[in-house]
Amino acid sequence: MPAVALVLVLLGAWEAVVRAGWVDPLILPAPTSVARALVDDSGALGHDLWTTGVEAVLGLVAAVLLGVLIAVAMHASRGARRTLHPLVVGSQALPVVVLAAPLILLLGFGLAPKVAIVALVCFFPVTVNLYDGLRAVDPEQRQLLRSMDASAWQRLRLLEAPAALPQAFTGLRVAAAVSVIGAVFAEWSGSERGLGHVVLISLGQLESARTFAATVLLFALAVALYGLFAVAERRLLPWAPRTDPGGP
Amino acid sequence: MTADSAVAAQSSSVAPVPAEVTLTGVSKAFGPVEALRGVSLRVRQGETVAVVGPSGCGKSTLLELVCGLSPPDAGTVAAPPAALMPQRDALLPWLSAVDNGGLALRVAGHSRAQARAAARPYFAPFGLAGFEDARPAALSGGMRQRVAFLRTLLAGRPVLCLDEPFGALDALTRVQLQRWLGDALEHEPRTTLLVTHDVEEAVVLADRVVLLSMRPGRVLAELEVDLPRPRHRADPGVGELTGRALQVLGVDA
Repeated sequence: MPAVALVLVLLGAWEAVVRAGWVDPLILPAPTSVARALVDDSGALGHDLWTTGVEAVLGLVAAVLLGVLIAVAMHASRGARRTLHPLVVGSQALPVVVLAAPLILLLGFGLAPKVAIVALVCFFPVTVNLYDGLRAVDPEQRQLLRSMDASAWQRLRLLEAPAALPQAFTGLRVAAAVSVIGAVFAEWSGSERGLGHVVLISLGQLESARTFAATVLLFALAVALYGLFAVAERRLLPWAPRTDPGGP
Repeated sequence: MTADSAVAAQSSSVAPVPAEVTLTGVSKAFGPVEALRGVSLRVRQGETVAVVGPSGCGKSTLLELVCGLSPPDAGTVAAPPAALMPQRDALLPWLSAVDNGGLALRVAGHSRAQARAAARPYFAPFGLAGFEDARPAALSGGMRQRVAFLRTLLAGRPVLCLDEPFGALDALTRVQLQRWLGDALEHEPRTTLLVTHDVEEAVVLADRVVLLSMRPGRVLAELEVDLPRPRHRADPGVGELTGRALQVLGVDA
């Protein structure tokens, strides 16, 4: 609730500043014009929201699959850890613009390169958090399982994986929040659809109300995805101490 | 029925091994820290032996050796498969009490349903009735310890290794649980190695008390506890033996 109040106060101040003529509405449109753009363009923007949402969600799914695979491999094998750890960290230094060209060449202009870019941005928080969670198991619980002669697979299934879930979910929530910006970058690298595409085009045409309308939807999409994971976490891990104070 | 057969299958597979633990001249060091030096110790079938010593005398290391979790540097350890009850309860917070109790059966390859069916009948006699589906966070310290003991019991191993099972409890719960453990071991007799820093607890529960020195742990003395059961802390015999043990340990009684 304080967040809503803060937003309302800021919106009011913003509206006042624009109406007073202190800034050019081409640079900063008033919240009311943004709202009008949202309503007037709702049909087209809805399609773009859907496109970007699909890119973000599929990218997240790919990131989770990739992240789980890499984290478990690094946890299970020293060799995999030595090989993959520097690559995982290094992957975050790759600029999307550099990757975009080869990805588009390889995967075309459609959905696939967007999903790949979102996955690249999102798999890092998933991998690192899951990996740390798998390693941070209480040594006494670990010893208990060893005293029962549990196999490596049983230790993973009965102890390490459930123990790592709360931290894995922290990674998932971070990934959900950045997946949207990943999708925007992906669309900027070549696309005819999506909210990122709308931002790029409307900026060029000085339709700033439309730019802001698309941004509002991006904001809402990120919050919604984050909230989805926060709710899933509370449902699936009722035993875990709360890391997320109350969700969005 | 499946529950009984699950536990029976476990125990029958280990039954032919004599449940006797023998340590001969065992030494163990961790880097520069010498934990145990030349420790010899025997726990006969069905006997409860308590190992008492100051903190850091290598008591937990002794149990690790008996459970086969690490090898000795010198000497020999001869022990059938042993079930460990770690110092803190080590219950898994995402599992219900009944699933925690049956954890060893899951590890041994039984289904979740079989493990539950094996654990459930113990809840009433263990004073845990109605808490089968509660997660550890909802249990009191004493109840958690009882679930941990049930888990140790259901491992179906001939030897139990209990590492300061009541160390984390308040004084009142501690006395209650000591009495409870005495009863439980009477009903389900096992070869038990109990590690504790509480001399009185050792005398109340054990057939024999082995006194260890400060690090590196050496055996200072062994006391036979020839007192009728059930024993209470207030029994004169318990007080007398406790005093003798404290004297050996160099603490003025």
